[in-house]
Amino acid sequence: MSNGARTVRGLLVASGAVALALTTACSGSSNPASTSASGEKVTLEFAQWWEPELPAGALQGVIDDFQKANPNITVKLLSGPYASTKEQVVAGAASGTMSDVVGLDGAWVSDFTKQNAITDLSALMKDNGYDDSQLVSQVAIDGKTRMIPVVNFVYPLFTNDDLLSQAGVSAPPSTRSQFMDDAKKVTALGNNTAGWVLPLSLDAPNGVQNDVMSWVWASGGSMLKDGKPDLTNKAVTSGTQFVKDLWDAGVVAQGSFTMKEQDKVEEFTNGRVGMMIDSLAHINLIKKENPNLKFSISAIPAEDGYTGARGIPYASWGIGIAENSKHKAEAWKLVSYLMSKDVNSKLSTLANAFPGNKESTPDFSNSDPLFSKAFDIYKAGTPANEFVGLPVSEQLMRDYGEQLQLALNGDESVSDALKNAQAKWVAEF
Amino acid sequence: MSALAQSAPPSHRDPAPTYRRPLWPRVQRRITPYLYLAPTVLLLVVLMLLPIAMVIGYSFQDNVITNPNPVFVGLDNYVKVVTDPVFFTAVKNTAYFTGVSVAAHMVLGLTFAMMLNSPLLKNRTKALFRVVYVLPWLFTVAIIAVLWRMLLNPNGVVNYLLHTLGLIHQNVEWLASPATALHAVTFINIWAGYPFFMVSLLAGLQGIPKDLYEAATVDGANAVQKFRNVTLPQLRPIIISMALLDVIWTTQQFALIWMTTGGGPINVTEMLSTYTYKLAFSSYKFSLASTSAVIVLLLSMVLAFLYVRHQRSRD
Repeated sequence: MSNGARTVRGLLVASGAVALALTTACSGSSNPASTSASGEKVTLEFAQWWEPELPAGALQGVIDDFQKANPNITVKLLSGPYASTKEQVVAGAASGTMSDVVGLDGAWVSDFTKQNAITDLSALMKDNGYDDSQLVSQVAIDGKTRMIPVVNFVYPLFTNDDLLSQAGVSAPPSTRSQFMDDAKKVTALGNNTAGWVLPLSLDAPNGVQNDVMSWVWASGGSMLKDGKPDLTNKAVTSGTQFVKDLWDAGVVAQGSFTMKEQDKVEEFTNGRVGMMIDSLAHINLIKKENPNLKFSISAIPAEDGYTGARGIPYASWGIGIAENSKHKAEAWKLVSYLMSKDVNSKLSTLANAFPGNKESTPDFSNSDPLFSKAFDIYKAGTPANEFVGLPVSEQLMRDYGEQLQLALNGDESVSDALKNAQAKWVAEF
Repeated sequence: MSALAQSAPPSHRDPAPTYRRPLWPRVQRRITPYLYLAPTVLLLVVLMLLPIAMVIGYSFQDNVITNPNPVFVGLDNYVKVVTDPVFFTAVKNTAYFTGVSVAAHMVLGLTFAMMLNSPLLKNRTKALFRVVYVLPWLFTVAIIAVLWRMLLNPNGVVNYLLHTLGLIHQNVEWLASPATALHAVTFINIWAGYPFFMVSLLAGLQGIPKDLYEAATVDGANAVQKFRNVTLPQLRPIIISMALLDVIWTTQQFALIWMTTGGGPINVTEMLSTYTYKLAFSSYKFSLASTSAVIVLLLSMVLAFLYVRHQRSRD
């Protein structure tokens, strides 16, 4: 091939590539045509991370039923793993191209509200005459509901039955001092076993919410006062001091400062730690990885002498409607369908989670007996997760986590750590 | 491009003095080179210049993306980033991480390359060692991170071996202790990166003419003198190019840090890359993140300038 011919061919290939790149870039901004006039067909986009986490085809089945009941509405599921859904939703919020209905995490709500990316659900509920007393919880910013938790995953205390009985402990602890004693006894067994496991990794700082603040909430404490940070109060100080006491007693598994949630579950699954606070969603995983492990679940221990309702940390699959949606009325139909008694029962059964509708009851007949026990704990306590709805909640966890690491490392006192974390939180608010 | 212009068809060349060429072929000839360049220029503008210009623009505004109507704030963001103590920690850590990594890459790479170049080994043995030594470079960062997180786990293989050999008496939290974390991630980076130096230097070593060594032997030079006066000067251009490239790559290392320590414990492994990422994707402060990115860009440009100047002086 001559030089000229080769260059021409190269040029053609290159211009083809440019044309392709430009076409792809332009097509990204176009929206499939869908009409909203009454009676005509409407297509809703529903972006979430739930479909991959449910049994194959389960969410599509629920949506098919919805479409049968509402023949003029077609729902297009946009599904991906949690992290990529988050990126997609954040980008959609910034560019005003969010899907009509979006799966939300409570941690995102404040920022999306500030951007005016998710709509006011209170107004929609009022317009549609929806009775919101059937909802277990709602996430509201300035009195307006922005997210409704569809199903909730709770975080009880997991205890390794074999390790506890070897250490001479017959029942899971229910108070902090019992927990301390039991953790010491398990650690004393030697052979690298530890009483408790605490993941404090700063790249995924949710250990602060699930494994540290849960001590505060379990005793009815709060890290907020009138919606503003209040980290130096008695409840948070005593919860944090308790974690520090556990650390100083040497009962916490090694590697905490860079440990992530999955490492924590692995330590427990391998039978190296006696107790951990973790999501119920992991029961199946633990049983699959180590079928011989005997473990129980119970409520998170409270301060000695505390008799009130125990806050139990939870995470949700929340739902919201985009402000830029042209079909809010149809979108609300989908949301209220997912929140209706029977559908919500079905969804919570499928997800091994607890319903967001008070009247729904999950069917535990085919699942592990631990789930029905956890449901009792859930009903006896109150769902508590004060990070839901806060601005930049992940950064707040990281700020607190950093100060906690300094305190545990002996670089500053617990009260100084809380004062510094409080100052950082106030700045973030 | 000049070669193409010269090889234009002969019909366009030297017409009779009285004949005036029509306009269109002349224009065509003028714009042909630009048409050839157009796809590359377009790609460069769309994929490089535009995003860079946007990031620089963001760094002069108050919070962009999350704020629908950002306003110009001058150098405020730069002042904020430069006066942030964590930024200084990140600069310090990045300097240590990069300096130690590059130096160790060079020493290890040269040592292994010389071992592989030794006439004492048979070709088959050399091939075997070459495969073994180059292995770390074949793994992706994700695999390296997972592998070393497991090896360096307090209950992992490294502690077990050290324990068995009696070198430690209690488990060390390599990645989780503020005293050892930075050294541990630097070590992982050294392990992952030396084969690239090794392969390049080996190629350089094989290109050194044998007669230089023979002349040195005749002059009575010993092995150390040969290394200092023949090997090193011959390898110098490769070593400098590689070192500059490695400095640029290592200062931008993000994935390895993020997947092993996430910048922690506390902030002992915080690098410029993780600092920028956290500003953007966990605080949603895109303007400050852009500012930090622009500072990293400026630092990288200084290094890139040195690299280009070195390459040019070589040519």
